[in-house]
Amino acid sequence: MPKDHGIGASLKRREDVRFLTGRGVYTDDMALHGQTYAVFVRSTVAHGRIKSVNTAKAAAMPGVLAVFTGEDFKDVGGNPAGWLINSRDGTPMREPKRPVLAHGKVRHVGDAYAAVVAETYAQAKDAAQQIADDSVIEELPAIVDMKAAVADASNRVHDEIPDNLCFDWGWIEDNRAAVDAAMQAAPHKVTLELVNNRLVPNAMEPRASIGEYNPGTGDYKLTTTSQNPHLTRLLVAAFVLGIPENKLTVVAPDVGGGFGSKIYHYGEEALVLAAAKKLARPVRWTAERSESFLTDAHGRDHVTKIELGCTKDGQILAIRTETLANVGAYLSNFSTATPTFLHGTLMAGPYKVPHVYVNVKTVFTNTAPVDAYRGAGRPEATYSLERIIDKMCRELNLDPFEVRRKNLLTPDQFPYTTPVGLVYDTGNYQATLDKAMAMADVSGFAKRAAESKARGKLRGMGLSTWIEACGIAPSHLVGILGSRVGLYDAATVRVNATGNISVMTGAHSHGQGHETVFAQIVAEKLGIPESSVEIVHGDTSKIPFGMGSYGSRSLAVCGTAMTKAVDKIIAKGKKIAAHMLEASEGDITFEDGKFQVAGTDKAKTFGEIAFSAYVPHNYPLETLEPGLEETAFYDPANFTYPAGAYICEVEVDEGTGKVDVVAFHCADDFGNVMNPLIVEGQVHGGVGQGIGQALLEFTTYDENGQLLTGSYMDYPMPRAEDVPFYNVDYSCQTPCTHNPLGVKGCGEAGAIGSPPAVVNAVIDALHRGGHTHVKHIDMPVSPSRVWSAING
Amino acid sequence: MHNFDFAKPSTIAEAAKALAADGAQALSGGQTLIPTMKQRLAAPGVLVSLTGIAEMQGVCMGDGGLHIGAATPHAVVAKEAKAHYPALAALAGGIGDPAVRSRGTIGGSIANNDPAACYPSAVLASGATVVTNKRKIAADDYFQGLFTTALEEGEFVTSVIFPIPSSAAYVKFNQPASRFALTGVFVAKYADGVRVAVTGAGNDGVFRWKEAEAALSGNFSADALSGLTVDPDGMIADLHGSAAYRANLVKVLTGRAVTAAG
Repeated sequence: MPKDHGIGASLKRREDVRFLTGRGVYTDDMALHGQTYAVFVRSTVAHGRIKSVNTAKAAAMPGVLAVFTGEDFKDVGGNPAGWLINSRDGTPMREPKRPVLAHGKVRHVGDAYAAVVAETYAQAKDAAQQIADDSVIEELPAIVDMKAAVADASNRVHDEIPDNLCFDWGWIEDNRAAVDAAMQAAPHKVTLELVNNRLVPNAMEPRASIGEYNPGTGDYKLTTTSQNPHLTRLLVAAFVLGIPENKLTVVAPDVGGGFGSKIYHYGEEALVLAAAKKLARPVRWTAERSESFLTDAHGRDHVTKIELGCTKDGQILAIRTETLANVGAYLSNFSTATPTFLHGTLMAGPYKVPHVYVNVKTVFTNTAPVDAYRGAGRPEATYSLERIIDKMCRELNLDPFEVRRKNLLTPDQFPYTTPVGLVYDTGNYQATLDKAMAMADVSGFAKRAAESKARGKLRGMGLSTWIEACGIAPSHLVGILGSRVGLYDAATVRVNATGNISVMTGAHSHGQGHETVFAQIVAEKLGIPESSVEIVHGDTSKIPFGMGSYGSRSLAVCGTAMTKAVDKIIAKGKKIAAHMLEASEGDITFEDGKFQVAGTDKAKTFGEIAFSAYVPHNYPLETLEPGLEETAFYDPANFTYPAGAYICEVEVDEGTGKVDVVAFHCADDFGNVMNPLIVEGQVHGGVGQGIGQALLEFTTYDENGQLLTGSYMDYPMPRAEDVPFYNVDYSCQTPCTHNPLGVKGCGEAGAIGSPPAVVNAVIDALHRGGHTHVKHIDMPVSPSRVWSAING
Repeated sequence: MHNFDFAKPSTIAEAAKALAADGAQALSGGQTLIPTMKQRLAAPGVLVSLTGIAEMQGVCMGDGGLHIGAATPHAVVAKEAKAHYPALAALAGGIGDPAVRSRGTIGGSIANNDPAACYPSAVLASGATVVTNKRKIAADDYFQGLFTTALEEGEFVTSVIFPIPSSAAYVKFNQPASRFALTGVFVAKYADGVRVAVTGAGNDGVFRWKEAEAALSGNFSADALSGLTVDPDGMIADLHGSAAYRANLVKVLTGRAVTAAG
């Protein structure tokens, strides 16, 4: 019988009741007395010098309360990058300040250079248009293509950065010569140039922010669509506006998806706060979908050359990559970590590869900032690696399954120190490969291919054996790697007098289901029903200082903090029970919600202990504080390393080039699984996004820096009919060795492992159909690209 | 969106009068016009809704074939044309999504004449008659290029009359984002010959592929197309496909439409 409560039970998500019945409360749902509306004036050119911004007419328009330009924020601090990356020569990265509103220059289409606050949205909109009409921006040549950006020193995104280069990073630079030598000596060398396509995050809820200020107390409040309210508070308060942290509350209420794009602090948040102070009225802003396309931090956008040296029988000897990573016009908060430490450190994959070297040049362009997007660096690494291994197999006529098996680390090799700086704690990659092959009925493929052929379709099968590093992150390690923040998390467990529980977490749920699964863990540990546990998140005035949710960290990091806080509750409960039961503390056991004197039937329920803590009539007050509330902070000792094997089957229509994913099998190792239903949902969502990247999504700027895919008329999102019924398994479990729940992250896995499986399957189908000249097709593997490849 | 006045006449005559006003703009299902207004790319002073006019609603058989009121939503056509003209019903049922099909209308579609819209291909391939508040216009004369039709100032479509073919099919290849036709081909077989109309592919909007019509009129099978080529000149090239790709789609989809029509 599957469990029906506690850890491991597939409980339906409690938050879905409000989400599915329209009772969620999102930022834009909040109506405030006296509220006003902000609208931003955004650049329509990608690169331009601001000659004048004339706001006089706009300021006099009906309902207009305030206008702001970049000059108003010229002297406030910049929105910083969270990671300092050094170039190969030891020099620190170039770090231009990111302003609240652009001044001097505009650097991408959508870059805000002025804002209007008015009584109504329509009035603000009219006045914003007036400012746009009254402003003079001298258009400069746009810098769009990364190679051209680096090559042409005369045209600069930031005038002080001559080659548009943020940094030139080598990982690990000291290993470079050895890798070059190994590559030189390898009996066979494979080369592949590929593009990891730029993606627009497209969270269902666009970004929205409301600023409030109380002149009576000097308190600010920012309600905003954030994945991490405390980090936003820190950035707004300490780095941008200079507000004392204790005078600013940041609330991230229900948030409709983020995928990374809502990790970061954006200028709109600072503007609504500054405007609220000026007007002493609430100031609200909600992005239009077009603004989301233009200004949300985009994802991926790498151009990579990867080389692989191997033996003739497919033993990998060396891997070397050169990547140009687009960072866009400004450094978003995690933008420098994403193409480096979240990418280069994964370039050994789950394989024993003695020599790996990664070079990343990160380039400024006149495009929207690029930052972490579901998977963040790891999909880019996995795609490069799994595609070139597939290419190696074709060049050497080797079986892709056997080649993976030959190169995968074996269970006896853990802990394993990779040549790119990580220590994998545990895993069993053969087990997930075996499982996926069984699930996919690999031996039955020929029959299925024949059946497809009878219907006029080419069938192909693609494999990806992936690994990632998540549960971000051990602070000591990321500190060495350049992080300017710690990446621990925190939880407070408050037992109420009547025995039910409020848990305040630093993790923020914006679709992940924390309210359900965190309650399951606490309920299991305390032997009480889930309904007695409430999860509180997203409000800096209520929760301990946590670092939010991204990098598949909520359960591994915040869940561990919560577990440790519960352990403290149990420890204190034992002390109380020992007093009440007149026994020694060491004799008290806690099981199934009962504190018991070992070997006797003397016991107190959890509820009795809680009550005693708050009504301490019979209580050891001289040695123990009353109350039952504990906080724990937890900083992980290592990343967690989920891994798995994905097998994709596609059918290709040669006439149109259309690819249909007809089967997708996932065998994942997430360690222990707390709620299988939620894990499956996370995998489904991740693979759906991966299929979207592989087959559909692309972001195109023209040579003038205009976003051509700026709406759903041209930006293709995956829909239900684009994805198959997923076959998901998580039974291969090697529990994480360094957190008490033995859990690894599952939120990004699907998006990391799936794109190469899809593309490998398409190439396989084309080869089986005789189109052996097709060595590679860049994502998205769209119908026109497939048709062109076949007929090229 | 800017402010506008709104009129909802209940007869064709009232509508014609309302549309004579300065700055008046006809509104049918609003599937193109409303998003355009929301983006402030259009700002008509008066919107004249055509959806409250009873005589512009509904699907029925009549003189010359199937009469469809211009303000009939796609979802209604999908349901009610099925018994009379299944290929047309299938086309209507494949436009956009359920929300679009509940609001969007045939009259709105062909008045706008988006080069990637589905309906123009059916109207042209069927040799349908476009009925307006002023006159009747043959399909071959009605479509005049991108977003351009024979409609004159103050003129609006009130119904479309489709002759019923002996067999027909529409095959659409979706543009992956918008789900408009990247290319769509409507093939209709009549006693006096086959008509083939292509949407989504031509720089000048919907067009008849006359070489295919000639070949298919002699031999209504996909094989009849094997010797034909489509010239990429004049085909749309955009983010989603080159001119050569679209030329290929025209041929491939025409063959599939013939096979589907049987």
